Amino acid sequence: MNLRTIETAGGDGAAPMPAPAHTRESTARDSAVSARGLTKRYGGITAVDGIDLDVTAGETFGFLGPNGAGKSTTIGMLCTLVQPTAGSASVAGFDAQTQRDEVRRNIGLVFQDSTLDGYLSAAQNLRFHAELYGLPRAVVPERMERVLSMVGLWERRDSLVNTFSGGMRRRLEIARGLMHLPRVLFLDEPTIGLDPQTRASIWGYLAELQRDEDITIFLTTHYMDEAEYCDRIAIIDHGRIIALDTPDALKASVGHDRVQIQTADDAAAITALRERFDVEAGIAEGAVTFGVPEGERFVPRLFAELGIPIRSVRVSRPSLDDVFMSYTGKTIRDAEGGDGDHMRQFARQMARR
Amino acid sequence: MATGIRALRRTAPEQAPSRLVQDLRAVRVVWTRELIRFANDRMRIVTSLIQPVLYLFVLGTGLSSLTGVTSSGSVSLRTFMFPGVLGLSVQFTAMFSAASIVWDREFGFLREMLVAPVSRTAIVLGKCLGGASVAAFQGAILIVLAGANGVPYNPALILELIGMLMVLAFAMTAFGVMMAARVRTIQSFMGLSQLVLMPMFFLSGALYPLANLPAWLVVLTRINPLTYAVDPLRRAVFAHVDAGPLAARFGGGVTWFGWTVPVWIEVAVVLSMGLAMLGVAIAQFRRAD
Repeated sequence: MNLRTIETAGGDGAAPMPAPAHTRESTARDSAVSARGLTKRYGGITAVDGIDLDVTAGETFGFLGPNGAGKSTTIGMLCTLVQPTAGSASVAGFDAQTQRDEVRRNIGLVFQDSTLDGYLSAAQNLRFHAELYGLPRAVVPERMERVLSMVGLWERRDSLVNTFSGGMRRRLEIARGLMHLPRVLFLDEPTIGLDPQTRASIWGYLAELQRDEDITIFLTTHYMDEAEYCDRIAIIDHGRIIALDTPDALKASVGHDRVQIQTADDAAAITALRERFDVEAGIAEGAVTFGVPEGERFVPRLFAELGIPIRSVRVSRPSLDDVFMSYTGKTIRDAEGGDGDHMRQFARQMARR
Repeated sequence: MATGIRALRRTAPEQAPSRLVQDLRAVRVVWTRELIRFANDRMRIVTSLIQPVLYLFVLGTGLSSLTGVTSSGSVSLRTFMFPGVLGLSVQFTAMFSAASIVWDREFGFLREMLVAPVSRTAIVLGKCLGGASVAAFQGAILIVLAGANGVPYNPALILELIGMLMVLAFAMTAFGVMMAARVRTIQSFMGLSQLVLMPMFFLSGALYPLANLPAWLVVLTRINPLTYAVDPLRRAVFAHVDAGPLAARFGGGVTWFGWTVPVWIEVAVVLSMGLAMLGVAIAQFRRAD
């Protein structure tokens, strides 16, 4: 990797040298984040249940799941904020339990709740961060300009953060998280509570970061459409990873397309589908909905053989919603409606301590 | 943006400063933040001066007629109350400075500090020093009112008062931070601090002399740490005024079983209480995940 060769060259001259056993490189070659059997229990509640994962350096890795699935708790453990009940994790090659300071020095964090001081200006917030992370004073002005320009806030550097909109705050937090040049940037629901336009611009910055910088991005989201931007995603439900792959592979694994038809008699259509095509259908979004492999080829047969007038038909490729559904048997919105909410509240409260 | 952080990494190879250096920088920046926020908050500076002025000029003047001791030489009841009100002001300001930890927790900023690669000791220490500076500064401003209360502007006296106020400010902030370690909302912190501050104030001898009290009140005033902060202030003031016969009654001096406790022991009591509470506060923040 680019950065690594530079570092070695800078440190030891151009001669290729075997990496000393104690360095970061030798402990985890290309794994920016790795977890083995990571578990967190709060009393009787298991928030995270034996998670294994490996995130490659330079990757954008998404953690997708309903609220309360254990996403924030997992991030908390990876970021050394939450002590795991069992299992181990390493970030940027450092152990999250025994080398906390090294991990912290090498990660940037953007939480779902703002952690800015609204009574300080944007620049003061960044300067505070630079001091806490022990940056050499000489590099601070240049770096501040770089990160603030990157998120388009350089002109507003002297404004109090209290005067910023939600999107500006989130951008400022991303900028702040980059001040100390982290190897891994963790973002917990980076676009939650933002309007669609701001969400898109945040994703723009993240894509830019990933393209141009040696940085691994690890983020959580419960927006299906956003998970599409990730190189790989892990779907998490009830504290377990139930699927982990690229978005395309996950969608392919569903194996069928979604077909929605509107008919003169929906109940009869469902019965007919079962009897003539051996397909289980249900009503979703006001239409008879079912999944079949190769949806386009199925539609002509449907018209020929269903025997009930069809008013409209829609065939769609599986979305991540369908992926979630096929692994958990429910939509992500259903999963959030139930016990998720107070679980999430609870997990957040614990994480705040 | 090809010239972003990748380029920065190249030009500035990061080497971690030593742990101690980094912790000291953390102490300083947390401390500085408290000062910046205080300086930005003019409203707070003004409102925190109102309460002491009320005590001195309204309560003090009003009570003077009741006691019948209006004056003796330059000394009035207000002269007696002046050190007590200095203590009161510092006590409240320090406690409310400590509330900023709860505030930071509610508004998330505490996390920014807790995830940094610095020890929590440094953060708690920075908070205490910041809160203490603000509180001592408030107390020092009140010394301006000395003349109106029959207390001379003697440089030695002023230095003595400021020194004592600094010790008190530190101890009270440490106390507040210790409380703040476990409190989650600003409302419950305010409630809790009122519950603690008022009894401490009333039992400190800020408003009445500690001599000739009933036995139960003697015990309560003697175990109140604030007593040992107010008394040196009063002794310092009375050493610089001509109180005549009133000096014996009002001049201060805490006794333990008839033995007058020297000022240095009083200061040591306050200071060690402060350090002990700082220790507890640090331990609590280190334990919290």
